Amino acid sequence: MRHPCEEEDGRLGGDREYWRRVSFRHRDTPENNPDTPFEFTPENLKRAKAIIGNYPLGHQAAAVIPLLDLAQRQHGWLPISAMHKVGEMLSVPRMRIYEVATFYTMFNRNPVGKYHLQVCTTSPCWLRGSDDIVNCIKKKLGIDVGQTTEDKIFTLHEVECLGACVNAPMVQINDDYYEDLSVKDMEEILDDLKSGRKPKPGPRNGRYASEPLAGLTSLKEEPYGPGFKVRSDL
Amino acid sequence: MTRCIQCTRCIRFASEVAGVDDLGTTGRGGDMQVGTYVEKMFASELSGNVIDICPVGALTSKPYAFTARPWETRKIESIDVLDAIGSNIVVTTRTGEVMRILPRMNEDINEEWISDKTRFAYDGLKRQRLTFPMVKDADGQLVPCDWEDALLVVSQKVKAAGGKVAAVAGGLCDAEALTAMKDLLNCLGSEAVCTEEIFPCDDMTGTDFRSNYLLNSTIARVEEADQILLVGTNPRFEAPLLNARIRKGWIHNEADVALIGKKVDLTYDYKHLGESGDILKELSVGKHPFWKTLQKATRPVVIVGSGILQRSDGPIILALAQALAEKLRQSSQGCTDVLTTTEIRLWCCTMDAMATVESNWRVLNVLHRVASQVAALDLGYKPGVDVIRKHPPKVLFLLGADENALTKQDIPKDTTVVYIGHHGDKGVEMADIVLPGAAYTEKQGTYVNTEGRAQQTLVAVTPPGMAREDWKIIRALSEIIGLRLPYETLKEVRERMREISPTLTRYGNAEEANYFKQALQLAQSLKGSLAPDSLSPRLLTLKDFYMTDSISRSSRIMARCVQAATQAMQSKY
Repeated sequence: MRHPCEEEDGRLGGDREYWRRVSFRHRDTPENNPDTPFEFTPENLKRAKAIIGNYPLGHQAAAVIPLLDLAQRQHGWLPISAMHKVGEMLSVPRMRIYEVATFYTMFNRNPVGKYHLQVCTTSPCWLRGSDDIVNCIKKKLGIDVGQTTEDKIFTLHEVECLGACVNAPMVQINDDYYEDLSVKDMEEILDDLKSGRKPKPGPRNGRYASEPLAGLTSLKEEPYGPGFKVRSDL
Repeated sequence: MTRCIQCTRCIRFASEVAGVDDLGTTGRGGDMQVGTYVEKMFASELSGNVIDICPVGALTSKPYAFTARPWETRKIESIDVLDAIGSNIVVTTRTGEVMRILPRMNEDINEEWISDKTRFAYDGLKRQRLTFPMVKDADGQLVPCDWEDALLVVSQKVKAAGGKVAAVAGGLCDAEALTAMKDLLNCLGSEAVCTEEIFPCDDMTGTDFRSNYLLNSTIARVEEADQILLVGTNPRFEAPLLNARIRKGWIHNEADVALIGKKVDLTYDYKHLGESGDILKELSVGKHPFWKTLQKATRPVVIVGSGILQRSDGPIILALAQALAEKLRQSSQGCTDVLTTTEIRLWCCTMDAMATVESNWRVLNVLHRVASQVAALDLGYKPGVDVIRKHPPKVLFLLGADENALTKQDIPKDTTVVYIGHHGDKGVEMADIVLPGAAYTEKQGTYVNTEGRAQQTLVAVTPPGMAREDWKIIRALSEIIGLRLPYETLKEVRERMREISPTLTRYGNAEEANYFKQALQLAQSLKGSLAPDSLSPRLLTLKDFYMTDSISRSSRIMARCVQAATQAMQSKY
């Protein structure tokens, strides 16, 4: 059965991004089908064996998530053939692998560019101007949400809360968080990435982490020592 | 829009009972979906049961959907006859038409499941039906006629035959028809009453001891077994519900399964011992390495498929299975061995090392493929048509015999072939006279399943056109011939059946069979050798499962299932 938003060949249009992400069924595409070549590299095979070895005999199925992650890191995204490979390695039915791969949003079951930009647009980030960040990326890269640039370098996605509200607005690029963004910061980051440099992850407004920007506002006095407010005769 | 509430009962059924892990949940939260994720058929012979399991009707029966409302229909509790298990079913009818077939709970047989063939083959009951008596005219065309005309022609032929009459019973016959047929032929002075299905039957092995041809452990107790040895059978497609039981034992009772025969997907792990009959021979004298494992079992079960007993070396295979089973039972009697004295010594040595098998535990099991076989053997039918090949009859009755056991080439040209049955299938192709009978949903008939349990079907719809219940046709014929069979009502036929074998009318009761030792003693004097061919069952993959008899061969739904299963085999998923 095809979803109304799905097209004949199983692909989804750009404005149908939502359905691409929530349509949890696989349809063969030229780049993603059971014949898509996927084999673990020798180094990764060694890693995979070490991961499987972490779990007691008979519980190898526990290695599904780390192995899928390994496959995604190797291939850039997670083709269905990689899921099959993992299932085969762990003697787990393929359906059980599909269940895991569709449950976790971190697994990209469709091709993504070299840099996967995930902009948080949940309320706190939105209040702090995530819309401007999204628009900036759209304008700078000439892509819509859910699309990949033609050179397959950038993919833009809107995502829900990534747990960095105190540093809103923020964007996750591959494994790194870039926080406390302004439009200018975002442009810089994209320029850096385009020219092959790796911008420093973390807050962009001078903060080290999530401390107040203009110095402490509370807990400024010396901590009370032992015996504070304890009766002197005790 | 879907009604699914994501209870995952279908998923659990698929993975736990059916053993096909193709259903699952994909996605999360409000977007979670139950499905297969990829485009794939839920390729299980038990798939239809998810319809019954679904609490909201999100999964529906495709052929039945939107055809009737439950309050418009009549429900008749009956028995399935498309395999030898005898699943309990409810036949739902409306205006004289079978609308659907549902399972009926019977913990001893099918629990609450039925196979897809049982459930979906009912549209075959509406196609290819014989509705008129027919007699071949001078041009060799079958021409519809009245009952009287047809029966008169048959009676003339029978009278002219002078006792040279024979009958072949097919796999869907009820015990009443079998009784009437045998009585009629015996009255005519013929003993040539055969079943189409072959079973080893000579002086040594065979059908004198009921224990030789029953699933003695009973279906329900198979799940208590700790070691199951399958010989030349694929229970998944020959008896899906027995396979579900074995799987249940494998999951919950840690039963180990071993298979001699072609490697097939049984939905559970098993040890594949090989394909050759020699393995059985070695096991039966304790020489095979697997014997060590087998003898440790306290509740061993040996299941022999009736399919491989069709071969010329069938008696040897059965005798070896008997020897193995008896050896596993640690019988003190019958210590003489099948083959040589050295092997007797070997046997005696291993006897001491064996674990004790419970005294009332039965080891030897035969899994039949067709519903009528056990009742036919109980009634004294000769399995196989060799007798007819050797002594060609003048008149040959085919009682629903549609598997081409006898072809036109096997019988003389002047033999009159009378077909009594409900479908225009292979049997009718060679018939000179056709007498239309009733299918299992149209008659009150007795069937004995593979474990020896007598059950009866009930009348759900009337037979189409001029078709009549089979035993009544034979009774009417007997009157015209002038040898009136002494029964006029169903009760009287059943009284006659009770005279022959009381087990046939003890409905719902699986009569235990004994005399394993005596049967073995007889079998030991058997001469012959094993054929080198592999012990390969006939039904190997899902596409072989759907069409096995005249009803399912006429079913469009089954044809589409075969198509779908064939496509599914080519799928990369």
